[in-house]
This record gives sequence, structure tokens and C-alpha cells, in this order.
Amino acid sequence: MATIVENPSLTGGSPGAEPVVDNYLTFTRGWKSWAFTLDHKRIGVMYLCATLGAFFVGGIMALILRSELFFPGKQFLSPDMYNHMFTLHGAVMTFLFIIPGIPAAQGNFVLPIMLGAKDVAFPRMNLGSFYLWVFGAIYLVAAIIFGGLDTGWTFYTPYSTTTNTSVILATTGVFILGFSSIFTGLNFIVTIHTMRPPGMTWFRMPLFLWATYATAIIQVLATPVLGITLLLLIAERAVGIGIFQPELGGDPVLFQHFFWFYSHPAVYIMILPAMGVISELISTFSRKHIFGYRFVAYSSIAIALLGFLVWGHHMFTSGQSAVSATMFSFLTFSVSIPSAIKVFNWLATMYKGSISFATPMVYALSFIFLFSIGGLTGLFLGALSVDIHLHDTYFVVAHFHYVMMGGTLIAFLGGLTYWWPKMTGRMYDEFSSQMAAIGVFIGFNLTFFPQFVMGARGMPRRYADYLPEYEFYHQLSTIGAFVLGVALVAAVGILVRSLWTGAKAPPNPWGSATLEWQCSSPPPHDNFATTPEVGDPYAVESVKWSDSERGYVKNPSYVPSKDH
Amino acid sequence: MSTADVVSPVTTPGEHHAHSGEGHDHGHGHQPHLAHHFESYEQQFDAGKLGIWLFLVTEVLFFSGLFCAYVVFRVLYPELFAFGHLFLNKELGAINTVVLLVSSLTMALAVRAAQLGQRQVLISMLVVTIACAFVFMGIKYVEYTTKFREGLFPARYFAPTPEALLHAAHMIHDAQSHGAAGHAAGHGAHDEHAADASHGHEGKAGDHSHEEVNKNGLTAAEQAMVDSVKVPANAGLFFSIYYCLTGLHGIHIIAGIAAISWILVRSIKGHFTPLYFGPVEYVGLYWHLVDLIWIYLFPLLYLIH
Ligand code: HEM
Ligand SMILES: [Cu+2]
Repeated sequence: MATIVENPSLTGGSPGAEPVVDNYLTFTRGWKSWAFTLDHKRIGVMYLCATLGAFFVGGIMALILRSELFFPGKQFLSPDMYNHMFTLHGAVMTFLFIIPGIPAAQGNFVLPIMLGAKDVAFPRMNLGSFYLWVFGAIYLVAAIIFGGLDTGWTFYTPYSTTTNTSVILATTGVFILGFSSIFTGLNFIVTIHTMRPPGMTWFRMPLFLWATYATAIIQVLATPVLGITLLLLIAERAVGIGIFQPELGGDPVLFQHFFWFYSHPAVYIMILPAMGVISELISTFSRKHIFGYRFVAYSSIAIALLGFLVWGHHMFTSGQSAVSATMFSFLTFSVSIPSAIKVFNWLATMYKGSISFATPMVYALSFIFLFSIGGLTGLFLGALSVDIHLHDTYFVVAHFHYVMMGGTLIAFLGGLTYWWPKMTGRMYDEFSSQMAAIGVFIGFNLTFFPQFVMGARGMPRRYADYLPEYEFYHQLSTIGAFVLGVALVAAVGILVRSLWTGAKAPPNPWGSATLEWQCSSPPPHDNFATTPEVGDPYAVESVKWSDSERGYVKNPSYVPSKDH
Repeated sequence: MSTADVVSPVTTPGEHHAHSGEGHDHGHGHQPHLAHHFESYEQQFDAGKLGIWLFLVTEVLFFSGLFCAYVVFRVLYPELFAFGHLFLNKELGAINTVVLLVSSLTMALAVRAAQLGQRQVLISMLVVTIACAFVFMGIKYVEYTTKFREGLFPARYFAPTPEALLHAAHMIHDAQSHGAAGHAAGHGAHDEHAADASHGHEGKAGDHSHEEVNKNGLTAAEQAMVDSVKVPANAGLFFSIYYCLTGLHGIHIIAGIAAISWILVRSIKGHFTPLYFGPVEYVGLYWHLVDLIWIYLFPLLYLIH
């Protein structure tokens, strides 16, 4: 792709000149046209920049933590500072980056276009959700400035009711971020229900939409519970309601139940949209129809619903009854069924496909590999007897980084590189970008695989110091973290550079059949002049490569088959 | 959510209009309330309706956390609830229940009036609804200030005054000798709160007025009654739950007042017609939910046996 020459007939104009064709980036000018925009594409782009900024901040914190752990003993962080650092790293990454990352940033951009709609159902609420994110972020930053936070991102009571750090500021921030997330979810559900064009039945929707729909269900149903939990925690600190405080007759374990009732489903808020992205990528870059469409679609819903019933697996050691622990363990195992269904369907889609290793596909393949490891180690943790040993060790840290980072972040990058030409109208340099993707894969495994080993050998999580026997693993992990950091900066840098040096993107550079590839790159303000014709979203044969367009165009000899 | 976008279903065929600037609404020339990204009024109305229902779902889940805490603690400590509810004023709670039921009715009538285009009825029904909401908040204010005066604070600060305890003692006594006619008559005013308690209960005034009072302002017999009250450990937890539930509900009432006022202003301006009454309906749905939550709160907190 790197050899593409400019083709002015596609998007018109060269950089700097007045555009010939209307696109959403040049539609209106001035900062106000962005700050007050109601266009889902611009809101998506703003979300993208904001979440990437948060990711960068969280990433710096991670590197500081890993540097401290390079040798045993104290290097430059006091144990207190270490607690602050991992807490904020976790809170920033979870609430500011990973939860809004795919749905709010990429979902906002592509969801209406995939539907052939002009916008989401409630554009003002959409903009409101972005500003709520900004306010939430400000509160979190304020918490850092005024006293820090050392409770861990989980805010467990009774510690969080007694520590003298800025718990109220931070929880207010998370509370606000919760509403941002609810608004996004609500908007998406309504948009998908009421704004599908004629011909787009539920089973003609791209799987990314099924995934964001399932995600939105969780956002709407689980997040309010987090909201009330945080309010109670604030009230606990402010007026001493005692509900979570044992000395006043309260029950700190109740807090854990409330917290995980949200936060376990929240991990599916993170992974489901990622799975949706992967479904798009695997089909497109294997040039094959997705295998088992309905299974993949239903499994998203199954994951969303089952995900509400397993929160107790975070509390096996909290003293909950043996009966409920057993139930939670059983249900935890059952969630892995729909997850596995997806993995098998992706593999079957690739089977006998003509696979291209373009950057998004490199990320998709990394995803399958890393998510499988993350999901399978989740089963270790879901087994009662094993979890007693592994709970609160680095094994858990490695597990959730394999699913959150190896899963969601990698899919985020996959989606970002996939939709980048659509968002910006530019092609990035393919080869360097593939190399960065491979660097991310290597750095990631080097960082987190040793953590499985030391976790299994008993290294506890959230400790600023460790015994010498763990030094080797910690050093591997720290080196890996820096490799990963460099690769990530490179991956994003290559994309950013394409804004100046990249070739013009054709409407459909990858050969996908979903609707967002039918409008120009970048899309016009209204997405489509007329509602596009809806076909099978995975009929990749419906487009064919054209040398003159440097992209895929409609295949005139394609006849829609009846079976899809 | 922008309920302003929402319009009643009208079977107008979708039309594409040139729009100006970033404005998403009012871009349709002769279709004033149709946002540019919708194909038809009908689609827009459906979107708004689904949106408000989903919002109500999140509200229910928001409260459900508190109801869950209620259940957990009621199961753990039934005695706290049996004791704590004695301090709540059933009469005021019942009046408030009636007030909210009436307001739900007037809200429903307001929606109907909007659909039928009866502007005057709409306006007066909304005014009555708002008035009811204020009465509710007024009564709530009386209840809260009474409790504060009696030292009935959330757990950490729970310190009931002797008057409050005396009141509870009478309630317990009444409950035990229930049906004994002389008593019932003698203590008719027990449900009046501290305001009366601090001046001595009318019912007992005749018997005890000549006795000396101690430093708590109680006679020896009263002090004995107070001492006989066994305050269960952690009794303040009941009040924590009481304040959380009724406080959160109160905030929703205030939000409701704001929303209904907004609708009222718009109806005075004559915005609503039989073709366009969506916002009235949505605020109405919200208001019914807020009332419904109170219908649960009242028996759960006030009517415990
Ligand atoms: C696919 C099946 C999965 C299973 C069976 C599973 C199982 C588990 C279990 C049992 C634990 C508790 C470990 C302990 O604390 O002792 C856990 C922790 C965790 N998992 Fe998973 N998990 C799965 C997928 C995911 C996904 C997809 C994500 C996120 C994208 C995720 C994120 C986390 C996080 C963040 C924690 C730890 C939270 C903390 O204690 O700070 N998991 N997982
Ligand atoms: Cu979990």
C-alpha cells in the first residue's frame, strides 16, 4: 500500500488547497466548529484524541512503576508513592481509556456510517457524553493534585473510607465518567433500534454493531450500580453512613459485591467491542465471509447477559459462602463458552481464506493469540482451589493485562489502523506499521508472560518491593515494558505522520463490504447523499480490486447469494 | 437527553433538506421540530420514546443498589428496622403518599390534555403537579428537621435525644398494650414529633405536670420509661438507609420540579399541539417513576412490624 500515488480524482485537492469534495473535516472551520459540533464523526475524533492522551498518561505511570521494580528495594518511589502510582495507573487506564476507547471513540465514528445513518439518535447527548468524560478526567487529575489516591482502582472499603487521600474527588470523577458511558450506551441502543435503513435487518448488521449493541446493554444496566456504589462511598466518608464500615455495623464485603456487580460486566464493556472489531478485520483480511455469523452475533449477547452473573469470582477469598462461590465458579466457566465460540469462528473464517497481513490483520492475529491466553488463564482463576493460591498475585495482573491490553488495546489499534484511512483520508506506511505491530506483540509478551510465572510462584500484586528470587522476572518484565512503550509510540507516530506524508485513501482500501466503505474517505458531513443500498456486510466478493482507483470498487459480476 | 428533539408521530414522508451549518435541528424548513438526521417524525418519536425508557431503566438500577442494601441489612439486623421505624412519622408519610398519588394523576391528565390540545387544562394540571411536589418537599423538610433536632443522624453521628427516646418508649408501650382503651386515648398525640415531645406530651400532661423534671427535662416516670428503651447496637444504620433512600428520592423530586417547570413554560408559550407533545409525555413518564419509587419506600421504611 505504501506505493500508492496520489489520485486527486478521489477526494479532490491536495493538502492545503480548498477541498473539492465535501468532507466532515473541512465542512466548517474554527475551534468552535469542533467544540460545539454535533457530528458523531467529529465527536469520535475528539474522543479518540482524548482517550489516546489518557492512555499516554497512564502508560507513563506504568513505565515509572516498572522502573521502580527493576531492582528489589527502593529505587526512587517511596512505598506510598508506589501505591499512588499504581492506583492512578489503574484508574486512568480503566475509566479514561479502555472503557470509552473502542465504543466512544471508534464506535462513535463508524456506528452511524455502518448503519447508513446520518448520525446517532441523540447528537446533543453524544456531545454531552464527551464533555462528561472531560469533567470526569478533570476530577481525576484534581485527585492527583490534591492529595493523590492510594486505594487501588477498586476503592475497596474499609480502607477507602479511612485513608486521607482524595477519595471523594476521584470517586466523583468516576461517577461522572459513568454517566458519560451510560449516555454513549443509551445513544447506541436507540440508534441501532430505530435508525437502521430499510433492508438492514438485525441479521444484516455488521458484527461490530452487534458487539457495540451488547456492550451498550451492559453500559446501561451495570453502570448505574457503580454510580450508586460510589455515591454511597462518598456519603460514607462525608457523613459516616456506616453501610460499609464494620465498626458501625456495616459490611465492607457488600461494597465488593456492589463494585464487582459493575466491574465484572465492565470487563465485557472492554472486550465485546474489541471482539466486534476483530470480526470485521478477520473477514476483510481473509477475503472470506465470516464463518457462523449468527453464532458470533448471539455470542455477544450471551456474553453480555452471562457477564452479569459471575462477579463473585473476584471474591472467592472474601468469605462469601461456599455455595455461592461454587455457583460463581460454575458460571464463570460457562462464560468462556461464547468467548470460545467467537475464537473458533474467527479461525474457521481464516481457514482457506486468502489472508493479507496488512497491519490491522497483524493486530487481529495478535488479538486471537493473546486473548486466548488471557481467557484460558481466566479459567485457572475461576477454579476455586487454584484461585486461593493465585488470588492477588501477579498471575491475576498478567491475566487481566492479557485480556485488557492484549485484547482490547490490540483490537483498538487494529480498529484504529483499519479505519484510519476512513477517518483521515490518508494511507499510512504499511511496512513500518506492520513492524510496529510486531514490536507491540513482542514487547507485550515480554512484559506480561514473566508475570504469570512469578505470580504462580507467589509474587503478590501491588507491592513496591520483592524478594530477590523474583528479580529476574521483574527485570524481563520491565525491559518488555520499555519495548512495548517504544513500539506503541512508533505505532501511533506512524499514523500521525501519514497525515502529512500519506497517500490519499480510496473509499475502500481493504475490500470490506460494510457500508462505511461506500462513502468517500474521509466521509462527507452527512455520510451519504442518499441512504445506501444494504447488502450482506460480509459479501467480500461484492467488491474487487481496481488498479486505477488504488482501492476496491463494486464488482459488477457479483450476484448476491440467497444463503446469507 | 434532548427531549426537545422529540416530536409526536406524524406520518409525514421523510424528506431530505439542505441543512445549514452544524445545526441538527430546525434544519427542515417547514418541518420545524424534525432533526436533520431523522428520516421522519415517526422515527424521531420512536427514538425519543426508547431513549426515555432506557433512561428510566438506569434510574431503577440506580435505586436498586440502595434497595439491595436495605434488604441485606434488614435480613442481618431485623431489630434495627423494628426499632428505627418507630421514629418515623407515619401520618406525614401517608399524607406524602397521597400527595404524590394525586400528582401522578394530575400529570397523567396533563399528558392527556396535551394530546388533546387543551392548553388551559394542560397548564393548570402542570401547576397542580408542581404544587404537589412542593407540598411533598415541604413535608419532607419538616420530617428531616425534626429528626435532626432529635439527634437521629446517620450511623456515625447517631445520638437520639431523651425526648426522641421517650417518644419511642411510648410507641413501644402502646404497641405492647395495644387495644387497652384507656391507653390509646391517653397517648393520642404520640405521633407528633419532638416539637411536642419537648413540651411534654399532652396525653400525660394531666398526670405528671406537678412532678419535678430532671436535667433531661423529664419526670422520674418518664426517665424510667426512657431507660427501659433498649437501643439496639448500630441503630443509626437504619437512619443511614432512611436518609440515603429518601434523600436520593428527594433529589429526583427536585429534578422533577425543574423538568415540569420547563414543560410548563413551554406550554404557556403554546409549543405543544396534538401533533407535538412528546416532551410532556417523557417528563410524565419520569414523574410516574419517581412516584412509584415512593410507593415502595413508604411501606418499606414507615410501615414495619
Ligand atoms: C474469558 C473469560 C474470563 C475469565 C474466565 C476470567 C476470570 C477471572 C477471574 C476468576 C478473576 C479473579 C482473579 C482473582 O482476583 O483472584 C479475574 C480477574 C480479572 N479479570 Fe478476568 N476473566 C475473563 C476475561 C476477562 C476479560 C475479557 C477482561 C478484561 C477485558 C478481564 C479482566 C479482569 C480484571 C481487570 C481482573 C482483576 C481485577 C482486579 O482484581 O483488579 N477478564 N478474571
Ligand atoms: Cu470478572
